[in-house]
Amino acid sequence: MFRRFTLAAVLCAGVSGLALAEEPRQGGTFNFTAPYGSSFATLDIQASPNTQEEFITQAIHRSLYAWDSINNAPVLELATGVDVSDDGLVYTYHLRKDARFHNGKALTADDLIYSYKRVADPKNAFPGASYVAIIKGVDDFAAGKSEDIAGLKKIDDNTLEITFSSPVNPGFSLMQNTTAIYPSNVEDEATFATAPVGLGPFRFKEHIPGSQLVVEKFEDFYEEGKPYLDRVNIILMSEDSARDVAFRNKEIDVSILGPTQYQAYQQDDALKDNLLEVAEVYTRNIGFNPKVEAFQDKRVRQAINHAINTPLIVERLVKNKAYPASGWLPISSPAFDKDKAPYAFDPDKAKELLREAGYENGFSFEVTASPNESWGVPIVEAILPMLQKVGITVKPKPVESSALGEAVTTNNFEAFIWSNQTGPDPLAAMRCYWSKTAQSACNYTSYSNPEFDKLYEAAREERDPAKQTDLLRQANNLVQDDAPVWFFNYNKAVMAYQPWVHGLVPNANELALQPYEDIWIDDTAPASRK
Amino acid sequence: MLRFTIRRILQIIPTIVVVALLIFVIFSVVPGSFASSLFSDGKTAADPQLMARLNEQLGLDKPVHQRFLTYVGDLAQLDLGTSFRTRRPVLELINERIWASLQLAVAAMIFAVVVAVPLGFLAALRPGSILDTVTMVGAVSGLSMPQFWLGLLLMYVFALQLNWLPSFGYGDGSLRNLILPAITLGVTPLALLARTTRAGVLDVLNGDFVRTAHAKGLSEAQVVRRHVARNALVLIITTVGLLFGSLIGQAVVIEKLFAWPGIGSLLVDSVAMRDIPVVQGTILVIVVWFLVINTAVDVIYALVDPRIKQE
Repeated sequence: MFRRFTLAAVLCAGVSGLALAEEPRQGGTFNFTAPYGSSFATLDIQASPNTQEEFITQAIHRSLYAWDSINNAPVLELATGVDVSDDGLVYTYHLRKDARFHNGKALTADDLIYSYKRVADPKNAFPGASYVAIIKGVDDFAAGKSEDIAGLKKIDDNTLEITFSSPVNPGFSLMQNTTAIYPSNVEDEATFATAPVGLGPFRFKEHIPGSQLVVEKFEDFYEEGKPYLDRVNIILMSEDSARDVAFRNKEIDVSILGPTQYQAYQQDDALKDNLLEVAEVYTRNIGFNPKVEAFQDKRVRQAINHAINTPLIVERLVKNKAYPASGWLPISSPAFDKDKAPYAFDPDKAKELLREAGYENGFSFEVTASPNESWGVPIVEAILPMLQKVGITVKPKPVESSALGEAVTTNNFEAFIWSNQTGPDPLAAMRCYWSKTAQSACNYTSYSNPEFDKLYEAAREERDPAKQTDLLRQANNLVQDDAPVWFFNYNKAVMAYQPWVHGLVPNANELALQPYEDIWIDDTAPASRK
Repeated sequence: MLRFTIRRILQIIPTIVVVALLIFVIFSVVPGSFASSLFSDGKTAADPQLMARLNEQLGLDKPVHQRFLTYVGDLAQLDLGTSFRTRRPVLELINERIWASLQLAVAAMIFAVVVAVPLGFLAALRPGSILDTVTMVGAVSGLSMPQFWLGLLLMYVFALQLNWLPSFGYGDGSLRNLILPAITLGVTPLALLARTTRAGVLDVLNGDFVRTAHAKGLSEAQVVRRHVARNALVLIITTVGLLFGSLIGQAVVIEKLFAWPGIGSLLVDSVAMRDIPVVQGTILVIVVWFLVINTAVDVIYALVDPRIKQE
């Protein structure tokens, strides 16, 4: 499995390498597709936590940090340097002096203070509030006890001091879509939702709701010579089959593939060489609720992991567009333990564990599931006969995606199947198993293990990255042994791209999010793109 | 005539009230909420504080009856509320999309009428002929073909194979972008209309007054033009009205498939995100559209056939 991932990573690196080896061509139009819905919820991207709106961010906005897809880590974006205090709480950022908003305003510390206050303002109820909550004083500001956020201090126009509540890596929180930096000189904030202004490589040109969003090259972008493209059309195309026709017809330049298309494209000589694959930081799983008596016994949960032939389901149903999961953290996580073996498919062992736990006659439970083909009802239907063989009866409870979220966060389920983001920050991902994390937050299986808590708390305090990673690796292995979920798979995201497109990167956070400023198209592109 | 028209318009009001009530009740009991939908992609860990704050801010923490009274009060002032996700007035969002939907519906209906009515007429005038057989087989096929599949088929043939037309999108609003979605949407009404026209014309052709007209020595063309066409028109107008009224509702799938920026795709995303004000507003607009078209049809065929007005 790991070898395959490495191969995919090499292939991906090959794509980038090719792009770097040639001289990028200036100009042209890139037809990008936004596949996660038939509209944008809003153009005010601080108000939306969804991937669909992140496509807008990538083009128009910038945050203090950005994600480096090659090195798999957050990096400074709007600052040229940062000084960190010895206790790891105070960060002094030296902001870029060459960054300008699309309305002509130069970036200053005031813009970051304004943006973080806007995100934290309880009147706005923005989803990024939990990310900026790492800044000292946000609680008091949100509670109305203070008019300012104590942890934000402007030293001068180009220097901002941020004091954090604990010694966390702020990059993971402050690189988010929902913590993007807005200009502080826009009088009517309502215009952010109709004519967004940002620091990104492209400026807003036009939005045809339900059809596309068009952005044009921003000449004053701070990276010299970039962007290469003149224009990006972000086209709304949620239907896989329609996207397939449009891609084959060369009307769009990239397309995110589902399992069925992935298989078809792999077998098509004209398409198979232009597939970008990456192990994304999502773990598909079935979470067990300890309210069901049987699930309180670790042996029962382990038995379920042994009773299901996970590789078979990944191969036949998910068409190998996933990597079988061994634990909670995904392959691309630094704390993933490649030496820890996954649960082996072993029905006899499962029966033995069930007998030891007093469930030799089996039991039944219900799995709340959405219709998703990769982590929904079809998967529950596939495990049904496997669990039946060890005496466990499974009943799928089909619900819509929104209802699934509500059922899980209100603890109204016996078991659920979901795809949860488990990166890029392993500390944040493992927080979901800390006993002090509320069930409704992300400790959906009400997991509680004092040994895990000790490891997690030690990792949280640890300042040495290598030691922190080691602690998280141990914590992850503990979760694997305790099996609060059935570890199903880690998503393999696949993007098909036209041969004239260069500069795409294997973004493990979300493959569909690409750095538009690095993308260019060569001379072989159709006339409509040049 | 004026009294007839006013009476028909007044009959719309109770229907709208009942529909508004139904929409409200349905979306008050279905599981899922806007706050939970924000975290439904599993991308971000749920934030209970934010969810509570959102529910409070959007008034979703209030009892159902109180929310209903607010909704009805706003509706009486023609205020459809504010979208949960865009935080913009629902009317503004609908206004951005309705014109593309109307454009698509009108184009589909023109395509259906222009093809179906002459075909239905000719088939009825020559029952049992090759034309009649081909028309009816085509009509049955049109009715039985899923629109989604037909759309994909048209994309495959006219975009991918022949490269004549774009496979998706609104483009700059040109006719080229409109053709495939309009044909896809228009095929079902075309098939229904062709069958209805044929049946209507055949029925009229068997009428005593047609035999009398023939007996008086009128030519075939004169009989068809003066007696058959006019009498068959009532049935055709009724069918066109019903079909046209329901086209915007049917366009939901087509708009999603062709990335057409109408209210159908707005509705689909709003349902998924539990953006209730937009769902309520959009459905209400679709219903009002249907009622208005049918009222207009009632008025038109009262003009065509004065007996209806008297009834």
